[in-house]
Amino acid sequence: MAERLKVHVDPDKCQGHARCKALAPELFELDEYGNAREAGDGTVPPGLEDKAWLAKSNCPEIAIDVIEE
Amino acid sequence: MSDVSQPVAHPPVTDWVNDFDHTDPQWTDDPFPIWDELRAASPVVHTERFLGCYMPTTYEAVREIANDTEHFSSRRIIVRDVRPEVARNAAPPITSDPPVHKPAKQLLLPPFTPDAMKKLEPRMRAICNELIDGFIADGKVDAAARYSKYIPVQAIAHMLGIPESDSDLFINWIHMILELGIKDENMLLQAVHEMSDYFRTHIEERKTKPTDDLISYLMNAKDKEGNPLEDSHVLGSLRLLLIAGIDTTWSAIGSSLWHLARTPADRERLIAEPGLIPVAVEELLRAYSPVTMAREVVKETTISGCPVKAGNMVLLSFPAANRDPKMFPEADKVVIDRRENRHAAFGLGIHRCVGSNLARMEMQVALEEWLKRIPDFRLDPAGTVTWSQGTVRGPRQLPFLLGKAM
Ligand code: HEM
Repeated sequence: MAERLKVHVDPDKCQGHARCKALAPELFELDEYGNAREAGDGTVPPGLEDKAWLAKSNCPEIAIDVIEE
Repeated sequence: MSDVSQPVAHPPVTDWVNDFDHTDPQWTDDPFPIWDELRAASPVVHTERFLGCYMPTTYEAVREIANDTEHFSSRRIIVRDVRPEVARNAAPPITSDPPVHKPAKQLLLPPFTPDAMKKLEPRMRAICNELIDGFIADGKVDAAARYSKYIPVQAIAHMLGIPESDSDLFINWIHMILELGIKDENMLLQAVHEMSDYFRTHIEERKTKPTDDLISYLMNAKDKEGNPLEDSHVLGSLRLLLIAGIDTTWSAIGSSLWHLARTPADRERLIAEPGLIPVAVEELLRAYSPVTMAREVVKETTISGCPVKAGNMVLLSFPAANRDPKMFPEADKVVIDRRENRHAAFGLGIHRCVGSNLARMEMQVALEEWLKRIPDFRLDPAGTVTWSQGTVRGPRQLPFLLGKAM
C-alpha cells in the first residue's frame, strides 16, 4: 500500500513567505497576517504528494515537515 | 540633528578580502566574482571602512545572523560612512528589534497578503499596458526609465491613496536616501524632511475626511493596548513603505528584463509556457537579488566559527547568500525552471519583507504584459546599461531595441 503523507507547518518558524500556499494551495492556508498552517489535519490527498515535497523544499525558513505515515 | 558630515572619498579597493567596499564602482558593475572571492576566503570577512563592518559570505552565515536578534540589532540598517544617533520610531518594523518588532509588523501585514494583492492585480495590468503604450511605437526604449521604474511607484501610490502623478517626487526622495545618502548625510536628512511634510499633509486631510486606503488604515490602527498609533509611528511606517517598496521592485523588474533581453532561449520558453513565469520570477529574484541589508553588532559572538565584535556593522548580503553554490547547484547560472529554490531575496527570519507578495505580483504581471506585447527585444548596442550603487542593486538605464533583429 502507498504511504500516506501529512504536512505540518511549524508556526514558530513560519515568517509568511507564502511559498507553500503558492506552490500547493490545496495543502496550506494563510491567516490574516499571511502566515501559513496546514489545511485541515495536514493529510495529503492522493496525487498531491509531489506538491507536498515541493512546498517543503521551497520554504526559506525550513518550517515545513512532510511526515510519512 | 547631530553628526551631519561631509561626503567621504573612498579610495579604490585593491584587497577585497580585507578591505571590501560595496560602494566601489567594481562592486556596482559586477559584484558576483567579488562575492565568490570573499566566500572562498572566509564565511565572514571584515573591512575597516564604514567605521568597521563585517560581511557574511555564505547562505548559512547570513541565515545565522538574520535569526540572531540578540547579537545583531536592526536599529541601523544601512552601512554608511557615519553613525548618526538612532532616532526613536525611525521606521518600524524594519529598524525594530524584539519585542517591539512583532506588534509593529503585524500592523502592516494584513493589507499585503496574497489575497489582498489579487485585488490589486487588474490595476497593475492596466498600469503596465499604459506604460507600454507610451513607447512601443518608437522601436526602442530605456526600459528602466520608462517601464520598471513606474510600476512599483504607481502600485504603492495606489495603495496608499496618494496621486500616482507624484511618482517622480517619490523616486527622487528615494534616490537621495538610498544612494546619495550613503556618503552625504545632508541629502538624506533633506529627503526625510520633505517626505515627512508631504505625508503630514495627507494625514491631516484624512483627519477630517477619512478615506479607504492604506494611510487611513494606519491612522485607524490600534497598538496592543488599544491606543491609536502616535503620528510619528504612522509617519515612519508610511516613509518605510515608500522607501522599501519602490526601487527594490524597480530593480527586480529591471534585472529580469535585462536577463531576458540577453537570453533569447529563456524568453522563448516563457512565451511558450507562460505558466512558468512565477517559477522564473523566483529564480530571477535569486540570481539578481536587489536588496542588501545591514545589522549592528551589539554583543560579541561567533558566526560560522568567526569571531564578531560589538560596535561593527554587518553588511547582510542576501544577494551573496543566493549565489552560494553550497546552497544552490549551478548558483552562478539562471536556471529558469529551478524547482528547489529557498532563496533569501526577501530576507530570512522575523524581518521577512512585508511587501513580498506585492513585489512578486508586480514582477509577474510586469513580465507577462511585456512578453505578450514585446516578445522580441535586445540591448541597444548604441546605449549603456548602468546599475544603481549601494543597498539596492538594479539597472537604472536599460536601453533596448524592440522587435526582431534585422
Ligand atoms: C523585489 C522587491 C523587494 C525586495 C527584494 C525586498 C527585500 C526585502 C528584504 C531583504 C527585507 C528584509 C530586511 C531585513 O532583514 O532587515 C525587506 C523588508 C521589508 N520590506 Fe521589502 N523588498 C521588496 C519589495 C517591497 C515592497 C513592494 C514593500 C512594500 C510596499 C516592501 C516593504 C518592506 C518592509 C515594510 C520591510 C520590513 C519588514 C520587517 O522589518 O519586518 N518591500 N524587504
